[in-house]
Amino acid sequence: MNSSTSLSFLARCRRSRSFMVGGVMTGFLLVCAAVSLFWTPGSAYDISIANRFLPPSSTHWLGTDQFGRDIVSMLMTGTQNSIAVAVVAVSIGLAVGVSLGLLAAARRGWTEELIMRFSDFSFAFPAILSAIMITAILGPGGVNSILAIGLYNIPVFARLVRGTANAIWTREFVMAARASGKDRFRITFEHIMPNILSIIIVQATILFAIAILAEAALSYLGLGTQPPHPSWGRMLNEAQALMFLDPWQAIYPGIAIATAVFGLNLLGDGLRDVLDPRLSRKR
Amino acid sequence: MTLPVSGDNVSLHETNPTGVLFSTCLAKITMSIFFAKRLLTLIVTLIGASMVIFVVMEILPGDPALVILGINATDEMVALLTTELGLDRSAPVRYWDWISGLLVGEMGMSYAYKVPVWELVEGALWITVPLAIISITFSITLALVVGLYAAANHNKPADIGLMGFSQLGISIPNFWLAVLLIMFFAIELRWFPAGGFPGWDEGIFKSFKALLLPAIALATVVGAILARITRSAVLEVYREDYVRTARAKGLSQRATLWLHVLRNALIPVLTVTGIQFAGLLAGTVVVENVFHIPGLGSLVLKAINNRDTIVVENVVLLLAAMVITVNFIVDMLYAVIDPRLKAQDI
Amino acid sequence: MPLLNVTGLSVTLSTADGAARAVRDMNFSLEKGETLGIVGESGCGKSITALALMGLLPERSETTGKIEFNGENLLQKPETEMCALRGNRMAMIFQEPMTSLNPVHTIGRQVMEPLRLHKNMTRAEAKAEAVRLLDRVGIPNPQERLGNYPHQLSGGQRQRVMIAMALSCSPDILIADEPTTALDVTIQDQILELIQSLVREEDMALILISHDLGVISENTDRIMVMYGGAAVETGPTETFFEALSHPYSQGLFAAMPKLGMGRTSRLMTIPGVVPDLINLPSGCTFTDRCPLATAECRNSAPPLRQLTAGHNVACYHLDKARTMKAEGLFA
Repeated sequence: MNSSTSLSFLARCRRSRSFMVGGVMTGFLLVCAAVSLFWTPGSAYDISIANRFLPPSSTHWLGTDQFGRDIVSMLMTGTQNSIAVAVVAVSIGLAVGVSLGLLAAARRGWTEELIMRFSDFSFAFPAILSAIMITAILGPGGVNSILAIGLYNIPVFARLVRGTANAIWTREFVMAARASGKDRFRITFEHIMPNILSIIIVQATILFAIAILAEAALSYLGLGTQPPHPSWGRMLNEAQALMFLDPWQAIYPGIAIATAVFGLNLLGDGLRDVLDPRLSRKR
Repeated sequence: MTLPVSGDNVSLHETNPTGVLFSTCLAKITMSIFFAKRLLTLIVTLIGASMVIFVVMEILPGDPALVILGINATDEMVALLTTELGLDRSAPVRYWDWISGLLVGEMGMSYAYKVPVWELVEGALWITVPLAIISITFSITLALVVGLYAAANHNKPADIGLMGFSQLGISIPNFWLAVLLIMFFAIELRWFPAGGFPGWDEGIFKSFKALLLPAIALATVVGAILARITRSAVLEVYREDYVRTARAKGLSQRATLWLHVLRNALIPVLTVTGIQFAGLLAGTVVVENVFHIPGLGSLVLKAINNRDTIVVENVVLLLAAMVITVNFIVDMLYAVIDPRLKAQDI
Repeated sequence: MPLLNVTGLSVTLSTADGAARAVRDMNFSLEKGETLGIVGESGCGKSITALALMGLLPERSETTGKIEFNGENLLQKPETEMCALRGNRMAMIFQEPMTSLNPVHTIGRQVMEPLRLHKNMTRAEAKAEAVRLLDRVGIPNPQERLGNYPHQLSGGQRQRVMIAMALSCSPDILIADEPTTALDVTIQDQILELIQSLVREEDMALILISHDLGVISENTDRIMVMYGGAAVETGPTETFFEALSHPYSQGLFAAMPKLGMGRTSRLMTIPGVVPDLINLPSGCTFTDRCPLATAECRNSAPPLRQLTAGHNVACYHLDKARTMKAEGLFA
């Protein structure tokens, strides 16, 4: 990439409001998670009956919950949890789904048919439903919810990659590569992968947001992250029982989830504009 | 006066009268093939889904007989019950038993409640299905109103504002929205019950009222997604040449929208509605738990906690079947709206 | 009073890169039954002119000047009155028959639409009239065709349907914007002939727009050459071809393949590209591609000057252009 195109890439980044706002929001999320690894304003774990339901103050910025845990600290630590679950779940989807999609496009024939029919079935099981089934087998827990969300991501990626890759396979430069005697494996890596990368990145960002939502939903249902690890979904669940007593506790984790998802969705939209200007001009 | 027609790249069968009849006939046959093929896909997908569920449930650790009898059960009692439940037979036999039972509405006995599964499921269906129908109706109405209004005011403040809101609507988890709705409308204003379901015997109005907040919580997210699709679909269609043709005929902007744009724009909206229905149904599982509504979602969650696998597998299959059926209906509607059924789409 | 009288018509389109002056100071008039050909390269403003006449320009555009149709200025008419005119008194045929018909409505419904709208016909009346119209434009078995969808018809047949639709209310004026460009060569002549004979039969005025000088030469009474958003030469078709004057017209003519042209002789091309409508040069827009251009051309735009009756050309170097001919100009 020469300097002029990389410059215009940066210029496109700066021009896209979605990218900037989404990027800042996602960045904030990452910083929160990183900081919480070694510092939180209070303790997200220590139970202290004396400090129950404290109102916001200089020591407890958003107050404490029914066990006297610091809410800000719980939210920050919960960020770690959400990001970890989403990263692993999306990675599972990426690794397996993209491989399957590329394989389907490269081999065609019955391989493609098999992979696509398999992903057809999985569309009958939306994220939460498959997660419920998987947690029913493996039992509730953080790792199992990661697995459940990851499994859901596989056919999503497989479908997208196969469709886009099939279109690339018909392009002239691929024809030329085939004519020059390169094998399918090499063409996939040298020509197909680079051309579908931007679409995969955009999709991964959006699935990252969906993974955070799904994790929160599973934790809310008690199927995801187990206590004492703080998670946004479970904070909401616990707060719901105290709606009459302390409604604010039900507000904060929701805002955290919505902010994370909103930021990631915006970032996905922005990335679409930035990485593939042709796509964005069409809408 | 009839002008002489020569060549005009009309192929031979198009020019002779029987040819025209033939082509109309062909269109009807194409349509039946399309229907038959989709119906076949529906059945195959259902069978596939049931197999996946069965296999997954097979892997499940834990002996149902043990679950029913509790930890104090002797080995003999467990063995006896295992035979009684038919769990000692081979997997294909049990799969066949399950499926053939389903065909006559027989789902077996719940391990935990010791009542027929169908009894549990039937009551739940009467809540989840109406909830899903109300929610999807709200979603589509919201999507059409917002999407059309935004498209009509393209790039104006109303459009930008509405699309910002829809972006926000997509980001809000439905169960949090449900909690907020309870806090505001049930606790603060006391307009609606905070949860629970009175049962349809208590009157339609009361039951509907109990389903209203859950339906709003579910419809907001799906409605926001569909509104964005509607808007971009309408804007896309507005750029089509045939819209200009309609305007050149003398149709007003509004008439063009209703008579020419909307139907074409509905095609992508419909497709996405089909996809989103799966998400909406999954959402009911969560939202029913927020509102403590005894629908399929609450049932399946309780069954998981009780390790009542026979209930889990039946409910999950039922939910999957609903998704598959809705997508079948969407495919059919798609064919009705868009006459361009090409051979490769069959 | 002419049927159509356009004076000082200018259109400015606002684009992402700035205001594009798509049409500048156009003046022409059209009598009942007269046919006018507008010729020029793509992007010269001919389609924009047509859409301006119909009042169908995109919202983000500004139109100035006067378009008098039957003595009334269309630019001052409210939208509802324009709707009553469009498809009724003035009709238009577009370039792309493949995409100009609504794919989800039947042919019959689309042909009946203007009849129901403007003539207040009942369904049955409109249906009978639609059958008659389709028959008239040469669609075989019109009765059967009514229930067909556009994708079941060939490109030529779709354009015939478009013509039937445009002519359904016997308009006073028909605008055909590149009606044959998207069609197979063999069908082009048939469609042009069809338009010609229908126009003559109904005594309609026709504006035929094309990038192809050949199409225009065979089918029009008068001709107008557009370049860079403005008319550079206009005159009766016969006179025009006898006395090709503007360097651009000569170039266009030389770039047209002619019968009997030897295999060895090469087609002439005009070097350069059409001007950028956003940053138009201050003088003559053809300056950059014109071999005769001088400082005068660069500084001020030449006005249209009358050569003979009705034949006007905008060029400072007419004599030189006419003696040098295209061969000399673009050798």
